Amino acid sequence: MDAQVILRVTARILAPAIWLFALYVQFHGDFGPGGGFQAGVLFATGFILYALVEGLAAAETLIPAPVSEAMMALGVLIYAGVGFMGMAMGGNFLDYSVLAHDPHQGQHLGILLVELGVGITVAGVMIQIFSAFARESP
Amino acid sequence: METLILLAVLSFLGSTALAIMRLRDGMTAVMLAGLYSLLSASVFVLMDAVDVAFTEAAVGAGISTVLLLATLHRTSRMTHRPTHTPLIPLIVVMVTGAALVYGTLDMPAYGDPQAPVHQHVGPDYLHDGPNTTGVPNVVTAVLASYRGYDTLGEATVVLTAAIGVLALLRRDRRQGKERS
Repeated sequence: MDAQVILRVTARILAPAIWLFALYVQFHGDFGPGGGFQAGVLFATGFILYALVEGLAAAETLIPAPVSEAMMALGVLIYAGVGFMGMAMGGNFLDYSVLAHDPHQGQHLGILLVELGVGITVAGVMIQIFSAFARESP
Repeated sequence: METLILLAVLSFLGSTALAIMRLRDGMTAVMLAGLYSLLSASVFVLMDAVDVAFTEAAVGAGISTVLLLATLHRTSRMTHRPTHTPLIPLIVVMVTGAALVYGTLDMPAYGDPQAPVHQHVGPDYLHDGPNTTGVPNVVTAVLASYRGYDTLGEATVVLTAAIGVLALLRRDRRQGKERS
């Protein structure tokens, strides 16, 4: 274990930076490159890096398996929910313009929420698949 | 200068692919495949497709490598020497490749503004996008707003695929427990 001290310290420094960058990509997707999919993958990458050096059990104290499992469905639920919100507020399905008093702000809010949904689903899926493989390994 | 860099990266891509082809060791092949993804990402950057490059680097070089390594860990690391001659696969690949290259000859030049694909809805998105959606990144505007249905479908596909993979992996585990 001590032979991997450089690896462990580097991973511990990198993991929070990766998560921070994932959040930046998630919420800055309107302005810069990136969006929900990339952010979700990056977030999962941080988790996987942490799990690779500290073990899956340690990583799952951060995000327990039932949480990432629920995240998979929650993201799609948020996405479709935004669509139905638009319908409830008098627009078409996935019409964001009616979500706020001003169409521009509505679009902003809609895109933000929808990208968040994609990000949550993708992060949950990647974490779950990785954990399933890692747990399988003898 | 850009063409030079592109040519250099493309030759790296080619040599990586050749190296992967000649390998029998799965572990090294997976590492090189990760390198291949990273090189593809640089090609996408050179072609100004930053969003695609981003995804390729994160998914192709990052997650795929880890998942492939996990798969290797569960199966065997070395591949067996093929018993049949590689002649027929080689002919099939050559013919398919030639057909694809022949097909590209009819396509408009890369980045040609007169190409049909740039004459349809693209100009409207580029012109009206920032005004209608108020979002400066036109890629996000198209993906999340104009093509919201498609992206909802994609998110559902990701969820469905994950359910399939997890169902397979977890069934394995339960059977393993019963056997032991």
